[in-house]
Amino acid sequence: MSTYIETEPSFVPVQTRSERPTSYDPADFDAPTGREVDWKFSDVARLSPLFEDADGDPQAIDYEIEPEAFVQAPLAPGQAPRGEAFHPEDLPSAIAWKRTAEALHLVIPAGLETQEPVRVSIRGLGAQLRGHAHLVIEAQERSRAIVVLEHTGSARFAENVEVLVRDHAALTLITVQEWEDDAIHASAHQAVIGTGASLKHVVVSLGGAVVRVNPSVRLAGEHSEAQLLGAYFADAGQHLESQVYVYHEGRNTKGRVLYKGALQGASAHTVWIGDVLIGRDAVGTDSYEQNRNLVLTDGARADSVPNLEIETGDIEGAGHASATGRFDDEQLFYLQSRGITEEEARRLVVRGFLLEIVQQIGVESLAERLAQAIEAELSGGAS
Amino acid sequence: MSVLEIRDLQTTVETEQGTKQILRGVDLTVKTGEIHAIMGPNGSGKSTLAYTIAGHPKYTVTGGTITLDGEDVLAMTVDERARAGLFLAMQYPVEIPGVTNTNFLRTAKTAIDGEAPSIRTWSKDVKEAMTRLRMDSSFAARNVNEGFSGGEKKRNEILQLELLKPRFAVLDETDSGLDVDALKIVSEGVNRAHEATDLGILLITHYTRILRYIKPDFVHVFVAGKVAEEGGPDLAERLEEEGYDRYQVAESAADGADALNVG
Ligand SMILES: Nc1ncnc2c1ncn2[C@@H]1O[C@H](COP(=O)(O)OP(=O)(O)OP(=O)(O)O)[C@@H](O)[C@H]1O
Ligand SMILES: [Mg+2]
Repeated sequence: MSTYIETEPSFVPVQTRSERPTSYDPADFDAPTGREVDWKFSDVARLSPLFEDADGDPQAIDYEIEPEAFVQAPLAPGQAPRGEAFHPEDLPSAIAWKRTAEALHLVIPAGLETQEPVRVSIRGLGAQLRGHAHLVIEAQERSRAIVVLEHTGSARFAENVEVLVRDHAALTLITVQEWEDDAIHASAHQAVIGTGASLKHVVVSLGGAVVRVNPSVRLAGEHSEAQLLGAYFADAGQHLESQVYVYHEGRNTKGRVLYKGALQGASAHTVWIGDVLIGRDAVGTDSYEQNRNLVLTDGARADSVPNLEIETGDIEGAGHASATGRFDDEQLFYLQSRGITEEEARRLVVRGFLLEIVQQIGVESLAERLAQAIEAELSGGAS
Repeated sequence: MSVLEIRDLQTTVETEQGTKQILRGVDLTVKTGEIHAIMGPNGSGKSTLAYTIAGHPKYTVTGGTITLDGEDVLAMTVDERARAGLFLAMQYPVEIPGVTNTNFLRTAKTAIDGEAPSIRTWSKDVKEAMTRLRMDSSFAARNVNEGFSGGEKKRNEILQLELLKPRFAVLDETDSGLDVDALKIVSEGVNRAHEATDLGILLITHYTRILRYIKPDFVHVFVAGKVAEEGGPDLAERLEEEGYDRYQVAESAADGADALNVG
């Protein structure tokens, strides 16, 4: 028995992700109106403070990095490797590029393997404060590390994350959005993956008024791999969005995308747009993307748009799936028939649904904390 | 002693063609410790009866009663029925992604008993019950029924039966899809539950083979949504030889009468 009502994608973008214009100059982008392909489902009105090309407030964001050993001297715009993999695709991203004079530069040295995650705490100090950031995370050859970006507090925050995974390195990058209710957050992640290298990228969005995290991964090197995971829980009035892009450029690359979301409450809104491009030379590509949403109450809306572009016929496999559904009555019945109340049965089912992602994070303490945060969301507590 | 009493039960289901009546006046009384076998042709309504007792929302009761020691079962929610002591081992157990068997069993046990089981004895109880049912310990950490084979799902149902200790259990084709060894193992589980708690059992089956392990006190022939004949264990043997032809004739006659009434 299927849990979901399979739905056909409601709309196919006229412009593919690979054709999106990029520029480092905010003046090259018009302010979004909501008619554009990449803003069509977005909450443009509430994101509009991020369309203003102005300096950030000096005290908007508090950063804490642990351990500090991996922090290098900051990078000015144009100072390598800043900009090696990053090309702003929209206005907030171009503004964040331009307005960040000193980009945080994290380097995992060649050959180094660390178990202990590198924690970057990003705390917003006020809902009315404007913050910009550009982060460059570089995993040098044959290194192995986990980096966690934790967003809390509140701010109007435009953020770029540039990720360089050098040959044969393995990086896990987790970004957690546990903002307060009034935070506005637009984030662009752009990663390039070298030969035999891999990236596990995880987006967990629970808090914030409007959160838009758009990861883009270029599988450039031969035998490079990316696993992109996402879990989100939207409450009443929340807008949580992810536009995911995987570009298979090199030969024999592998891409896996799985985003799962739960929605609860009036006007809870989630957006997932998943684009996959299998380039001309990307023979042997193995690619799959899927998005699953569980709509828990009336009045919530999940938009889900998968899109697959294939420029070579010689591939291993490629597919996509998108499904948005309500509770599976059979699952609820089964649990209730064992004495479990309806309310608790629902909690178990949703928790299980999202835990599939959380269980794959690979950082025990974080997974546990996030499981609890999801639990709190479910009992309608903190957001 | 407890009594589960079903009187003149009538149930409908919504189909694309409209409302369809499935149960047409079921009468059945099961007392503590009794084992009742229900046999009948495909589509006669056996699973519908099982689901109606458990309270599946798909089925609407349009007439009759179900009581447990005089309490109105039909007025109870699904979980209330389970807490009142009713259990259904399903023909097709449901998969619950992301919920481990361990977590599920403990949650269910806590719900049924009204308090959390003692941590120490509980995990021992679970482990022992699994060993007796020849379930590998890895099934504890796996998600409920997810990726289980048909036979493994059935064992998992009986595991719950043994751990949750209901007063009455409906076993819907628990024997279907089991190999000969598994049939024996699962039957032993049912018999253990029967002996340990004087469980009353409604055993739905197509085959007399399971009745060699689980000895019924009564056999009911279920045809066209109601009990067509009742007897002792020997009735099962006769059905195995003769099939249901005898009853089907009567059924088409009844259908004809229905059609006339409607016309
Ligand atoms: N949701 C439904 N929609 C349409 N018809 C249904 C539905 N549920 C049950 N029925 C019909 O009701 C009748 C009885 O079904 P039920 O599953 O109770 O039979 P059964 O006696 O358990 O059969 P089997 O021996 O094959 O398990 C069948 O004709 C079935 O098709
Ligand atoms: Mg059946």
